[in-house]
This record gives sequence, C-alpha cells and structure tokens, in this order.
Amino acid sequence: MTDLHETTRDWATTFDHTDEDYAQHAPEIWDDLRQRCPVAHGDAHGGVWFPSRHEDVSAIANDTERFTSEGVIVSIFKPENLAPMGYAPPITSDPPFHKDARRILLPAFSPKAVDKLEEATRASCRQLLDDLLADGATTADAAVQYTQHIPVRAIAHMLGVPPEDGDRFRVFIHRILEKPGTYNAHLAPEDTLVYYIQKALEDRRTRPPQDDLIGYLLSYRDDAGNPLPDEQIFGNIGLLIIAGIDTTWSAIGASLWHLAQHPEDRRRLVAEPEIMPFAVEELLRYYAPVTMARIAKEDMVIGDTEIKARDWVLLPFPAANRDPEAFEDADEFVIDRQRNRHLAFGLGIHRCAGSNLARMELRVALEEWLARIPEFELADPEGVRWATGQVRGPRELPVRILATNPPKEP
Amino acid sequence: MRIVFDRERCQGHGRCYALAPELFDADDEGYAVVLVSSDLDPEQVAQAQLAADNCPEYALTLED
Repeated sequence: MTDLHETTRDWATTFDHTDEDYAQHAPEIWDDLRQRCPVAHGDAHGGVWFPSRHEDVSAIANDTERFTSEGVIVSIFKPENLAPMGYAPPITSDPPFHKDARRILLPAFSPKAVDKLEEATRASCRQLLDDLLADGATTADAAVQYTQHIPVRAIAHMLGVPPEDGDRFRVFIHRILEKPGTYNAHLAPEDTLVYYIQKALEDRRTRPPQDDLIGYLLSYRDDAGNPLPDEQIFGNIGLLIIAGIDTTWSAIGASLWHLAQHPEDRRRLVAEPEIMPFAVEELLRYYAPVTMARIAKEDMVIGDTEIKARDWVLLPFPAANRDPEAFEDADEFVIDRQRNRHLAFGLGIHRCAGSNLARMELRVALEEWLARIPEFELADPEGVRWATGQVRGPRELPVRILATNPPKEP
Repeated sequence: MRIVFDRERCQGHGRCYALAPELFDADDEGYAVVLVSSDLDPEQVAQAQLAADNCPEYALTLED
C-alpha cells in the first residue's frame, strides 16, 4: 500500500480500471482514493470518473434523471442515442421504458423460478468436482476447472441452448468486459456474439416453442397482443450471456480464494452450515465483482468534482462495500456479519435482475466444493490472476488439495 | 412493534424473505410481501430487525 504510488501511478489522476496493476491492487487503491481524492479521473477510454465513496456511488445509482444507462461498460466507443432501450435491455434502459422491460424478465429470476434450477446446478458442481478429483489429483485450478463452468451451464440451461455453447460465451465475454473496444477490428462476423444470438433466434423461430427463456421471450405478448420487438429479445439474450456469467464466476472464485487462505472460515462453514446465508452475503460484500457505469446527461458536481455531460462515470459497488462510513469494520471480513446492506447487486431500479440466481449458484458451488474438498490452500499465491475491467475475480486460481471426502450418495 | 414496509423503495433484493421467511415472502417478480406486520412476538421482532438491518434500500423499519 505504501509503495503504491511509486510503483505504479497516481490513481487519482490517471485512473484506469483495465490496467493489470488495478486488477491486482484494487482494494488498496479504493482505500487510498477514498481518503484523498474521492472522485478519481483517468484519460483512458475517452476519459472516465471513478467515485470511491459509498455516498457518491449510492447517489449516482439512484439518480436516473442525471445519468443514463445507455452505456454501462466503459469503452472508447461511447453509446449515443440508444436510450431509452439501449443495446441490452433492461440494464441499458432508462425510465420509463425500463420498468416494463424489467418486469418481463423478473419472473424468470424470482426465488421460486431459481429454486427449480438448484438441482441442475448442484449436479453440475458435483460432476465438475468428480472430474477435478479424478486420478487422485492433489492440485487443481479452481477457476479454470470449476468456477468458470458453473454459471455458463446455468445460463445455457436457462436459455435453452446446448451446454457446449458455454465455451463460446466465455470468449465473447472476455472481449466485451476485460478488453473493451480492442477486438472489434479483426473479428470474423460469424465469430461474434451478435451472430451467435441471431443464429440461435433464427433456429428457434423455425421450431415449436420450448419451455425456456428464449421460448418465453419469443412467445411473450403484451396486453395488446403484440410480441416483443426483435431488438429487445436480442438485447435480453445478450444481457443474460454478458451479465450472468463471469460475474458469478468471479464471485465464486473470489470466495474460494478467500477460503483457501482462511482455514478458520472454511472450517466454520463446514461445522456450522447454518451461517452459510450470512457468509454468502459477506463474501458478496467483500469481493463484490461488479462495477457498473453510467454516462452523465448534463454538467454537474459530485463532491467538489465537476463532471461534464456525456462523461463516463464508473459505479464501483465493490469500493462502496469497503467504505468505513457505511460499514462497521469495513476492511474486516466477518463471516457471520449480521448487519450487511451491501451493494454487490447495485441499488435502485437497476438492482441486478439475476441476484437470486447468482446467490444460489454461489451457495451451491461453495457447499459442494466444501463437501468434497474441505481443506485446500493456494498452490501459487503469485499465480492467481485477477481479471481487469469492470468485473473483478480470479481467472486463474491454482490450489493445493489437502483433504477430500468421497462423493455423497445421490 | 410493527413492521413498516415502503413498497416504493423495495427493489427486490430478497434479503428480508431469505432472512425472515416467517414474516416476508416474495411476489412473482421477487419484490417483498409482508406476511405478518403487527403483534410480533420477541422472536419475530428479532427476525424483523435482522431483515431491516440487511435491506440495501432501507425499505423496512420497525415502529412501536
């Protein structure tokens, strides 16, 4: 922490969330900024503001009058004139359009709907663990062999596309989220997310309706009997693929990274499974993966910082979650924290629509991992690679397996 | 003690019905529904307080 400025850069004036140093040191950078420059700035990506305090993040998240969501991923390509729907409704939508666009999706992510997905998620975790432990392996990459597959399978199952398509999803997401704006020039059209969704929809329109999310969106009719516009269906599917995968994968991975280094926490989770709901929320607070973004609609002042219309503003929920003004002992990980109003899923009308699904996946992934691998540690702490960009989590997580249990009888 | 629920503030985070299922449920879109709002016994008061303390939107309060 003390060497931060010498070794890297002044984050207050040259902020860049896609820098490798940011990925490796984000929590220290947030603490530093909160104390001396609550709204940082960087020229990268066409210029971006970074508010680090809970108060500012919360105010911006709730201010849909002065900020538009037509851009939520900071990139040199700044969306313009896409509101109110945006390219991935409802996350990119503004009021009043946003409300109905969100209402259409919410039932698919309600607690009851998510309960129905738990068994398949658990089965896929068990299969991954069987594979990972085959031949008595004593080391594994928990990110590559476990966490990255769990949400991919859940989303493919929900959408009703073949599970093997998941590998392609990860490639699409990497381009869009980790290195925004850098791949567009040299891609073959058939190798893009746009093409993938177009093909999937064409295919489904020629077949009888299926009971899955694509089927639901294609057969949806409003009160006047109108189907959803094609661009809304397309955007919804894009959103589920982009937003539902590496976010959850990051949360699961960061949680395993924590448990690998904190034997007291993992032993408590094994001995007292009833604290799991609190542990899940604390893991989400402490390791919140998602930073959103907005575009200012007018000139304004945040704190004492002047922001111009059309400027990018990041919404770092992870930084807000570590603000001592908002959380008691904010820098301490308290596995059964009782008061925890964390913002991991955002605040206000854009609260993550998939939060129930993400929580279920995180809980089940940890339960199943701990049931089979109660004791493990980092095999190579320096070899852990945290993702750059707006979704923070370990992409490589080598662990040493110290103790295992046989699989439970089904 | 009674529970005051501000439906306008609720964004469907689902913390209350996860922590206090005896007092709260979810509607079809995941927004909170209050099942028991008054005449709470001490155990229910504790559950309601826990739910209120974890609502990110400050949509729940307890009143005498």
